[in-house]
Amino acid sequence: MSSPIVKLVAQRVALGILLLLAVSVLIFAGTQILPGDVAQAILGQSATPESLANLREQLGLNQPAYVRYFQWLGGVLTGDLGTAMSSGQDIATSIKGRLWNTLFLAFWAAIVAVPLAIILGLIAVRYRNGWVDKLISGLALASTSFPEFFIGYVLVYFFAVKWQIFPGISTVYDGMPFGERMQAIALPAAALTLVVLAHMMRMTRAAILNVMQSAYVETAELKGLSAFNVIRKHAFPNAIAPIINVVMLNLAYLIVGVVVVEVIFVYPGMGQYLVDHVTKRDVPVVQAVGLIFATVYISLNIIADIAAIVANPRLRHPK
Amino acid sequence: MSNELDYLSRRVAFGKLSRRDFLGRAAALGVSASFANSLLSSAARAAGPVKGGTLKAGLVGGESTNSLDPALMMTQVPFAFGKCWGEMIVELSPEGKLENRIAEEIGSSDDAKVWTLKIRDGVEFHNGKTVTAEDVAATLERHSDEKSKSGALGYMKGIETIKASGKEVVLTLKEANADLPYLLSDYHLIVQPNGGKDKPDAGIGAGPYKIVTNEPGVRHGGERFANYWQGDKMGHADQIEVIVINDATARTSALQGGQVNMINRVEPKIVDLIKRLPGVTIRNHAGPGHYVFIMHCDTAPFDNNDLRTALKLAIDREEMLDKILRGYGSLGNDFPINASYPLFSEIEQRKYDPDKAKFHYKKSGHDGTVLLRTSDVAFPGAVDASQLFQQSAAKAGIKIELKREPGDGYWNEVWNKQPFCASYWGGRSTQDQMYSTAYLSSADWNDTRFKRPDFDKMVLAARAELDETKRKQMYHDMAVMVRDEGGLILPMFNQFIDATGAKVGGWVDDPHQELMNGYALAKCWLEA
Repeated sequence: MSSPIVKLVAQRVALGILLLLAVSVLIFAGTQILPGDVAQAILGQSATPESLANLREQLGLNQPAYVRYFQWLGGVLTGDLGTAMSSGQDIATSIKGRLWNTLFLAFWAAIVAVPLAIILGLIAVRYRNGWVDKLISGLALASTSFPEFFIGYVLVYFFAVKWQIFPGISTVYDGMPFGERMQAIALPAAALTLVVLAHMMRMTRAAILNVMQSAYVETAELKGLSAFNVIRKHAFPNAIAPIINVVMLNLAYLIVGVVVVEVIFVYPGMGQYLVDHVTKRDVPVVQAVGLIFATVYISLNIIADIAAIVANPRLRHPK
Repeated sequence: MSNELDYLSRRVAFGKLSRRDFLGRAAALGVSASFANSLLSSAARAAGPVKGGTLKAGLVGGESTNSLDPALMMTQVPFAFGKCWGEMIVELSPEGKLENRIAEEIGSSDDAKVWTLKIRDGVEFHNGKTVTAEDVAATLERHSDEKSKSGALGYMKGIETIKASGKEVVLTLKEANADLPYLLSDYHLIVQPNGGKDKPDAGIGAGPYKIVTNEPGVRHGGERFANYWQGDKMGHADQIEVIVINDATARTSALQGGQVNMINRVEPKIVDLIKRLPGVTIRNHAGPGHYVFIMHCDTAPFDNNDLRTALKLAIDREEMLDKILRGYGSLGNDFPINASYPLFSEIEQRKYDPDKAKFHYKKSGHDGTVLLRTSDVAFPGAVDASQLFQQSAAKAGIKIELKREPGDGYWNEVWNKQPFCASYWGGRSTQDQMYSTAYLSSADWNDTRFKRPDFDKMVLAARAELDETKRKQMYHDMAVMVRDEGGLILPMFNQFIDATGAKVGGWVDDPHQELMNGYALAKCWLEA
């Protein structure tokens, strides 16, 4: 590894950490400016001035906000996310299972969606402007344009109700056999795939087409390479940076944007967990989940950046 | 086709289709008469309880914030699961009578102030211990303690002392209450070992199913408890499972796809579509739940009884029942009691009368618009219902301005705070409970701010009255008072609409709560 890359990567990571800190301040501040404080939210209807004062004392709400922020941050850094107000359970423990479920679903959706999108993109370039290209683009755009819940319900209608191939509700639990688990997530994974497919496919197509205009591609063609080899060996490696970017963005979406799909398929993931606690004004949980989502988003973006840097030949081979 | 045959043969078994019709329909489906006959006899055999299998319910009303502590139960999933793993002191039968469970006998002193519960022998907790009078007493003590935050606290506060001696628990009340046994049927009062004082959410009860899985907001499961004291009446399936499905469409498709055997809260607007599905049976029945528009009697302009009367007359109840509930309900009459309560008596039905409404509106002297707050969460169809109200009132010359509030925070910011809004009530098991919860001057949830010392006195007098005829008359007078002077506009009582899939046997309609008062999983069985 040469020094400019190491330096650039270190810069990105440091920037990411700074950004994450800034986000944590925003999340904390956001939950502070909501009307009413945690004590009021806990006591609700039965709040009296004395019980409010007692509970504030107990929860340390009398301390200035910045002190509480650093206490919270310290807890988060040591893996202590606090306890949920509404159920009194440890947040870290209850999030673990949920996060794992969300990652499991996102992983399998990505395993299907990313290669499929890239291959479809390559095929679309190969037969650009022909009917194959138009068909692929048309279908992918259509599936993305429909709202997720519509796609979800259509899948349920055909695969769960009419043909009864896959279950329409995707309740998964600990100790569920792998095969059953895969069957349970088939429909939500398919819905997610359809939702993210077009973005990645179109980006692949556009990035490669852009490169295809270059002189060296023409040279490669003139050398007599087959169309697919030109794309695979010469165009694709040079178009990889924007493709990685869009793939990472979509991966992030698979993790943090699946609330609707989780609700439709009754999948016990992070989205559903967040929604339940937002309606209960359970601030500690909302803060924790917000921070986790932000971490996922920022990390994936850093990875995209780094991958783009590493994939850039001009940076890999400095003069 | 076989689905349809199954369905038809079950209809015969339940007496909904004649044998001759069945054979005719079966022939039309291309089935030989002898095969059809054999199908029929197997369906008839299956009409008694069948042991075995896994019975699954897909229910709305579960959150990841749910706890197994019975004191904290509020929504449908913990309620229905609680009836599977918990045993009650006393329960209401589907006919509205008291059914003794852990209490073998309940007796009271003549003044209804001292009550004695005799505890049944041979009821066992899931941890192997026998249920004792001490456990029952401790349970009641815990729910009477402010710290438990129990949903039953409101009634339990009326108990002064709780004493266990031998096989008896003696309760002394602060004030006489003839309804005490009914109050003890509150679904929060699941008897726990030592009252759950050691670990409130341990999930150990004496019900027909032991808890095997408990993932709040996802699923809850139980297996049959071998030593259940009434194994012939409840606990037919080997396992039961509650899957939380808050999305209405997902719930319906899960029933259709056969992943669950029963669901709750079918939306009235899709009932007619679901009815047509083979194998699916809609289970709708009247209950005490009602949809309301509530006015604060102590806030201008609603502090004027003429204005309140004008608004009550300006609502078209029949249209609303027809359009909002599609007929799955009954007309309301501006007091919160209907035939599902004991000691109910009819009062003349209030009708839509724009002319009379106009007269009272003029007399009230109010000018300008009346602001009604509404939201989708107030009750299903509340926004549409508010618009219907707006239109019917306009014909009486009353201008209602609608303000649509966000569902999030509606119960904190609007209900019980703003002077005029849409809302709902689930109802209670006795008239006294309903009036004490929402119509006593001192009640926290007096959401119509109906503060009348004379009414309070009537509530207390009726509570202590053991003579049923006198009591019925007292409740009649109270109902008339709420109807004519209160702040409640009650256009309709809703029905519970559950649905069961193929092969579910043993369903009995219960007017007290949805899903056979929560007992559907414990009392139904899967036909072979």
